[in-house]
Amino acid sequence: MRPAGPAATLLIGATVIAVLPVLLPNEYYLTVLIVAGLNGIIALGLNLLMGYAGQISLGHAAFYGLAAYTTGILTATYHWPVPAGMAAAVALVLAVSALIAVPTLRLKGHYLAMGTLGFGLIVYIVLNEATGLTGGPSGLGGIPRLSLAGRPVTSDLAYYYVVWAAVLLCFAVAGNLVRSRLGRALRAIHTSETAAAALGIDTERTKIGVFVLSACMAAVAGTLYAHYVRFVSPGTFGFAASVQLVTMVVLGGMGSLWGGLAGAVVLTVLPEVLRALEDYDIVVYGLLLILCMMYLPGGLVEGVDRLWRLVTARRLRLAPPEDPA
Amino acid sequence: MSDLFQYILSGATVGATYGLAGLGFTVIFNATEIINFAQGEFVMLGGMLAVFAIRWAGAPLPAAVLAAVLGTTTVGVAMDRLTVRPVRGRSAIALIIVTIGVSIVLRGSAMLVFGKDAFSLPAFSAGEPLSILGAVLVPQSLWVGGVTLGILVGMKAYFDHTIAGKAMLACAYDRKAAALMGIHVENIVSRSFALSAMVGALGGVILAPITLTSYDVGIMLGLKGFAACILGGLGNPFGAVAGGVIMGVLESLTAGLVSSGYKDAVAFVILLLLLFLRPAGLFGRAHAERV
Amino acid sequence: MNAKAGAFLWGEDITLHFGGVQALESVSFRVKENDLQTIIGPNGAGKTSLLNVITGVYWADRGGVFLREQPLTGLPAHAIARSGIVRTFQNLELFSTMTALENVLTGGHLLFHYGMRDWCFRTHRFRAEEAALREKAEAALAFVGLSATADTLAGNLPFGSARLLEIARALAAEPRVLLLDEPAAGLNIRETVVLGDIIRRIVDRGITVIMVEHDMDLVMRVSDRVLVLNYGKVIAEGTPAEVQRNPDVIAAYLGEV
Repeated sequence: MRPAGPAATLLIGATVIAVLPVLLPNEYYLTVLIVAGLNGIIALGLNLLMGYAGQISLGHAAFYGLAAYTTGILTATYHWPVPAGMAAAVALVLAVSALIAVPTLRLKGHYLAMGTLGFGLIVYIVLNEATGLTGGPSGLGGIPRLSLAGRPVTSDLAYYYVVWAAVLLCFAVAGNLVRSRLGRALRAIHTSETAAAALGIDTERTKIGVFVLSACMAAVAGTLYAHYVRFVSPGTFGFAASVQLVTMVVLGGMGSLWGGLAGAVVLTVLPEVLRALEDYDIVVYGLLLILCMMYLPGGLVEGVDRLWRLVTARRLRLAPPEDPA
Repeated sequence: MSDLFQYILSGATVGATYGLAGLGFTVIFNATEIINFAQGEFVMLGGMLAVFAIRWAGAPLPAAVLAAVLGTTTVGVAMDRLTVRPVRGRSAIALIIVTIGVSIVLRGSAMLVFGKDAFSLPAFSAGEPLSILGAVLVPQSLWVGGVTLGILVGMKAYFDHTIAGKAMLACAYDRKAAALMGIHVENIVSRSFALSAMVGALGGVILAPITLTSYDVGIMLGLKGFAACILGGLGNPFGAVAGGVIMGVLESLTAGLVSSGYKDAVAFVILLLLLFLRPAGLFGRAHAERV
Repeated sequence: MNAKAGAFLWGEDITLHFGGVQALESVSFRVKENDLQTIIGPNGAGKTSLLNVITGVYWADRGGVFLREQPLTGLPAHAIARSGIVRTFQNLELFSTMTALENVLTGGHLLFHYGMRDWCFRTHRFRAEEAALREKAEAALAFVGLSATADTLAGNLPFGSARLLEIARALAAEPRVLLLDEPAAGLNIRETVVLGDIIRRIVDRGITVIMVEHDMDLVMRVSDRVLVLNYGKVIAEGTPAEVQRNPDVIAAYLGEV
């Protein structure tokens, strides 16, 4: 199975996205797919960080939440126009993520993971404690709808197209990044920082850059979330959510943009189907992380690839021996 | 004035447990260069297992403590054998993900088995709280201080005077060379997980009578333990404990003088500031990394 | 006249400790432009430490390294690469999950500097520079004779090819100075002969080469100058023939056996 060219992939993706709503039995699934798309955007960014650069963030849900709350507060409480609120939210996340990245990524080792874990917990505390600003545990409502060209996006179907257009855009950007000198630099850093530096790659700056980029992608998803659900509460953005995002990338396939996206869709849709999971879901995520790392480090992408090879190999063997002419 | 002293005393008590969690990080990091994200879960398990040994089996306190420590140590060894060993030698991120996975599974399982309530353990010894300079000191605080000191002394003896301890230090210094000298590195790694789980569990057990324990205390304890060992210089056991005590005191002062809601933010702020200003820690020295 | 006139890359009074271990003690050296300078010495003499100081992996406690008149002391590794000094590693540091060609393309990281706008929108500049880079990378692979393995994952290459790939990757950076850390270690006799030719051809291209090596046949065959270290100190410097006759060198090597 040869990978299709980047342009062709995007075209196929766009077609599937365009047609899918027609096939859905009811509106509810549209909501699920919108959330899947939002998770997909975050997973794409997180995959650049984890799968390519080999760094890990346990605080991406916090960036997601920080952006959702920022645009929510600015537009609902302070009546900013929606686009301004969204832009300010992404800008804030950019600044905050850089602030965390500079000290933690300057060092080798696992400092980023701990730094982002701590950051996620802090954001969660602040969202709960700063009641005046965030509404505390009961959340913040009254966030206005997203408007495009002066008209509010009211239907779920329209919002679905908005979100998945953003997914495609992020996918294209991430794809172009991966196939550039920066993408190579990221993969080089993943395997050997020493060798990467010896070739003139500024490993520190590159890692900080990709971390900030991936945080900003989470922020974009956060702003889209806020103006879709129009209500935000801290529970959506806690540690469990960060772990879920990491699991999406690991399950889907680290180092494969398709994989991360697929992981996001699967892990968004699956819990909806398996309602029985409830309290068990976090344990399931933990087990998925461990088992993937042990048996399927390339995630679903590797699994599908292996399966495909198994099938084609069998077909070859089953083919009748050719007659010697 | 007596308020201030009170904050310092209770902060130091809680901080000793952060120090023990940090000590656990240090032991595993020294042997393997892995940051074990399940370290906080060891502390949680120590407290919870002791609580439920009493509730379910009606065990007397000393037996419950022993069972909790042994149980957690077993979990630590199992974690190494079943999950860490199979991914050794892969990229650093694979190891982090595995230890995160284990921490989540342990926490989730604890929630399913023990429920979401918070529990308390009876104090180790009865007795009136002592009054020092107007501050109140519960007897359990003396237990915390004593056990922590005991662990430090034991650890020093282990590393200085036993073959196993020296082998662990050798692994920390140069794994390849240690293997060439005939040290069974896999065993050392298992032992480091056992030791670190044991230390963590002890921390959890001695703290449980003072603060409540529940299935989800591990994340915060883990994070604070990590901040403690960065504060003391990663890899330095004594620094870790000292770092934990300092952090506990700062946290308690924040809770008392600023706001209790934000006290958990202290550890994180300290962590980031340290990484900015002094990554080698208060007591650490920057050293070159060998290639 | 300045004693350093004519020197291209030089080090002065370089001293390096690890804890209580003295790795380098007041080491000074001078390398002429477009020479092949070898560094030899018994195990633990400080050869690789010296390479690590030159390339910024370690920062010396005292002393410094200069390229032309520019001090390199205190620069991080990537900045030193930027000034034109690129190296290979004794314990292969290939990007094992990337193909041979991708490894070499990564080696050319510094050759082009298209920015975010360029990769984001795949502009004309992006495509032109990527194409030029690819051409250079393929040439570098061909130079070491690895064209056939361009699409093989670096992690799957046989050892000898992996060593050559590291050289090709470093060459793709178009360095002024190439540092080779024991390039012949683990190679068989035939591979070593091929390697010797490649190294000579690198010098012929106008690149200054500094090589740490144990294989004395190779050293004596290809070097222009040889620097001998023992216990972190320079004990001799000269042409291969001069060094071979030097009693201190003979003693150091006999002492090891």
